Amino acid sequence: MLPDNWNEMTPAERQEFRLAGWASGGGMPFATPEAKERYEAAAKRFIDVLKLRQPDIVPVELVAAGAIAEHAGVTHHDMMYDYEKATAATVKFHEDFDIDYQAPGEMWPGPAFDRLGYMLYKWPGHGVPETQPYQAVEGEYMMADEYAELINDSEKFMLRKYFPRVFESLGAFSMLPSFWGATELPFVPFMMTPFAIPPVQEAFEAFFDAAKLSLEFMGAFGALGGQLAAGYGIPGTLGGFSKVPFDFVGDTLRGTKGIMLDMYRRPDDVLAACDALLPMAIEFAVGNANMSGNPFIYIVMHKGADGFMSNDDFAKFYWPGFKRLMLGIIEQGAIPFNFVEGGYNSRLDVIADDGDIPPGTTMWMFDKTDLAEAKKKIGPLAAIGGNIPASLFKAGTPEQMRDKVRETMEIAAPGGGYFMTPGAVIDNATDANIEAYLSAGKEFGKY
Amino acid sequence: MTTSADLVSAITDMREDDAIAYARELVDGGTDPVVILEACREAMDIIGKRFEIGEAFIPELILAGEMLKTVSEVVKPHLKSEEATEAIGKVVIGTVEGDIHDIAKDIVAFMLEINGFEVTDLGVDVPVAGFVKAVEETGARIVGLSGFLTLAYDPMKATVAALKAAGFDGKVMVGGGQVDESIRDYTGADAYGKDAMAAVTLAKEWSGAA
Repeated sequence: MLPDNWNEMTPAERQEFRLAGWASGGGMPFATPEAKERYEAAAKRFIDVLKLRQPDIVPVELVAAGAIAEHAGVTHHDMMYDYEKATAATVKFHEDFDIDYQAPGEMWPGPAFDRLGYMLYKWPGHGVPETQPYQAVEGEYMMADEYAELINDSEKFMLRKYFPRVFESLGAFSMLPSFWGATELPFVPFMMTPFAIPPVQEAFEAFFDAAKLSLEFMGAFGALGGQLAAGYGIPGTLGGFSKVPFDFVGDTLRGTKGIMLDMYRRPDDVLAACDALLPMAIEFAVGNANMSGNPFIYIVMHKGADGFMSNDDFAKFYWPGFKRLMLGIIEQGAIPFNFVEGGYNSRLDVIADDGDIPPGTTMWMFDKTDLAEAKKKIGPLAAIGGNIPASLFKAGTPEQMRDKVRETMEIAAPGGGYFMTPGAVIDNATDANIEAYLSAGKEFGKY
Repeated sequence: MTTSADLVSAITDMREDDAIAYARELVDGGTDPVVILEACREAMDIIGKRFEIGEAFIPELILAGEMLKTVSEVVKPHLKSEEATEAIGKVVIGTVEGDIHDIAKDIVAFMLEINGFEVTDLGVDVPVAGFVKAVEETGARIVGLSGFLTLAYDPMKATVAALKAAGFDGKVMVGGGQVDESIRDYTGADAYGKDAMAAVTLAKEWSGAA
């Protein structure tokens, strides 16, 4: 719950409020004094890093994804359909490897996606084998001549056009009426009647079923997070998600080819669409933080990476929306945790030179970006981590892993403001390499 | 009067409308279609070099590809015969089994094509046997295996092994997402390419066309 004087608070005060709630474990009773002590020490360490201070030791994170199922010997399908198995697998992973921060896995509500007929992804047992993790299906879900509709009324476009295209069961949402009917007594029946049409009723049944299935999932998901936090003293660092508007337009409205052509053929439309979508992106992020009581918002970033566009185009098309998304989240006291896929070497100067992002308000997980350069340029402004390659978890030896961790620590740990993390989510890892990653993190992460 | 040099600059300056208009004017003015297509090749060569040195990026490659397609459509009806140019090599390319990502693979295929290779693109989620069959059918001496996710590592390895077992003695390159030199080693491929230009450079070396 936010305090009554929330609107009078400064962004820094809001951040303090959210962090204090998170760092105390959200008021839940810890199982043991040891769990409480461990949780608070880990949380303090993470906050130290966010605030660009030097913690006692380097916090070590692991976005475990498919590695959890693989380690426990359950299928990826189990992780999305059998919450008991998924919970046990996740707890086992944390116990066996003695993880310090909750490792986000791939426990998501398969039954809800089934009921919605979600078409943006293939998931285990639904387009990919049960033994494989989920994957996105990129495509053109908005035509080039529909920009005006999206820009004029984004929510309406989402509800009536996008939903039917990405949720097979919600096709009849295209028949939803204008809500203008709420304004006068005689108008009301004209507005309400379309909701009685059988396909619309069926779509709403699917919608409500999926909502209940999502709630059921959230119950299990929340209980797992609570068990790890209160029982083991392991804080979760994933409080919700958002996405840069340009990435939404590029990933699953127009597709990569579509948006890349639009940048030349209709640049003003692309910019206006990004502007129009921004409030939704911020509202979703802040709503997630409110619901989870955890202020760290993962922003999964795709199409601003090196090679996807020139620096001039990055400054024109990507950075403004990305920056305003971060500022909107920071304004409400939550913390953008930028999951920067690919390389960002050519973008570091743009970010460093901008000057509008307050120091100590963002965290950056880099994939292939040169961490020494990131430390120099972004380090004074924001907490950074990343770079340990996913390939090493699969094809490397424990000795190579240890060397890579040491090298990365030497580059990025001095002075603090650094958390250790792989550069990508970890599937297909060997247990020996996960162990080597974590033990080297402890060995070389001492200040 | 419009010249083929105007067409080259329109394409390399990313002026799509001009490029298409110039191509039409050249055709209408009686310019030999072969000369127009040669201008396109010259323009693509310039863009490819810019891409290589970090002055052109994916949007420019994609737009140039679209311009090339449209200009070819304008010119084709006026070609006297299918003027086939000898490919400098044949390449079989695809995203390996289990992975459905195609963007990077498509760009590599496109860059290989405009650099004179005959490319057989098998698409995404290509079973091991699909690569073996395609190599046998086309006689390609080069195979490109793409994968975005870590789950691509094992299918890549299996594909390399199957190609060898089937007697393929050409070269295999791997690339994409979380692939790097250690994965090249793991899969037993001959080389790792970090981007589309690296793929072109490798293919040219392997074809003796470098």
